[in-house]
Amino acid sequence: MSTQPIGPGNAQVMNRFALTKRMVATLKDEAVIGGIGNTNFDLWSAGHRPENFYMLGSMGLAIPIGLGVALAQPKRRCIALEGDGSLLMQVGCLATVAMLKPKNLVIVVFDNQSYQITGSQPTATASGADLVTMARGAGLAQSAWASDEDMFDEMMARALKEDGPWLIAVRIDDKPGVGATERDPVIITDRFMRGLGAKTSSI
Amino acid sequence: MATSAEPAESQAWHTIVCDTLKRNSVPLVVYVPDNVLKPLIKAVHEDSYFTTFAATREEEAVGIVAGACMAGMRGIVLMQTSGFATLANVVASLPVAFQIPVLMMISERGIFGEFNLGQAMVNRTMRPVLDSLAMVNHTITRIDEFEFILDRSIKQAFATRAPAAFILSPLLTGGKVFKA
Repeated sequence: MSTQPIGPGNAQVMNRFALTKRMVATLKDEAVIGGIGNTNFDLWSAGHRPENFYMLGSMGLAIPIGLGVALAQPKRRCIALEGDGSLLMQVGCLATVAMLKPKNLVIVVFDNQSYQITGSQPTATASGADLVTMARGAGLAQSAWASDEDMFDEMMARALKEDGPWLIAVRIDDKPGVGATERDPVIITDRFMRGLGAKTSSI
Repeated sequence: MATSAEPAESQAWHTIVCDTLKRNSVPLVVYVPDNVLKPLIKAVHEDSYFTTFAATREEEAVGIVAGACMAGMRGIVLMQTSGFATLANVVASLPVAFQIPVLMMISERGIFGEFNLGQAMVNRTMRPVLDSLAMVNHTITRIDEFEFILDRSIKQAFATRAPAAFILSPLLTGGKVFKA
């Protein structure tokens, strides 16, 4: 997949909620970290699972949180969902992931070329910054753009089966997130820890 | 650096950190390098018990340790004072808001002979930020108290699901010395 000549210029513009739903439908016990804002709103709206973590605040940390989960539970796949603005804010994390090479980490980057939730101001990807090229430059060889929904499905299926780390980038439209996550951080932590088996006490 | 009557056992401060982290099952050590922390970073790299590596920013390190902690692996972030100063938003919105017991160890710059005005200024922001978030924080000055404070506070952090910060004073570590 890394040889496909697909880039942000010729990839089909897709929809974040539609892709998130497709992805969630294929999951079993994988942990999923939803980045700030619309990314985790759509994860929530795609159907809550106990293995989901919804990040509120701490913009840019979905991938680092996912890396931590992947290191702690090497037998479980972990998927980090992140937006273009968020990744640009904490782009050094790509080099850290490449340094550690966690086999069980999958990064999905939703690129709408804008800071959508704050008023759709353009990000640098609107001017040509290519997040897959940046990821490869950081050392993440298995990084690629998905040309369409079918290719996204194929890439995700492979990333959930074969050794990572993987980075799948998708061009998405400017539709806002569907719904909004229930914003109770303590409950989110508790449910996530139980979903991962890190907390087992009865309540 | 010893300051007063030595206890029977005289250990280096970084040995106390390694032993206490092990005793409390804290294998993950993520750091942004600091000269004063060098012996501790070297020690955790040389000990196969620890999973240790550098992050590119302190924010990233807090995210990694928070994720690992929720998945059942305890961890600590090592940094210096100026690094902590980059963390107010992340600390407030992740470990504090989500009640994730992320441990932090901060090598204190900016006091007791600081030669860099920027470090001296940023030092003044550290305790007000910790205190305004009501975050447990201890400044360690004496080696004979170090193990007790660290051991008990780590246990408290996990029992109460609250992050905690340990500020290593130059009185403990010797700090960074200005050679005129």
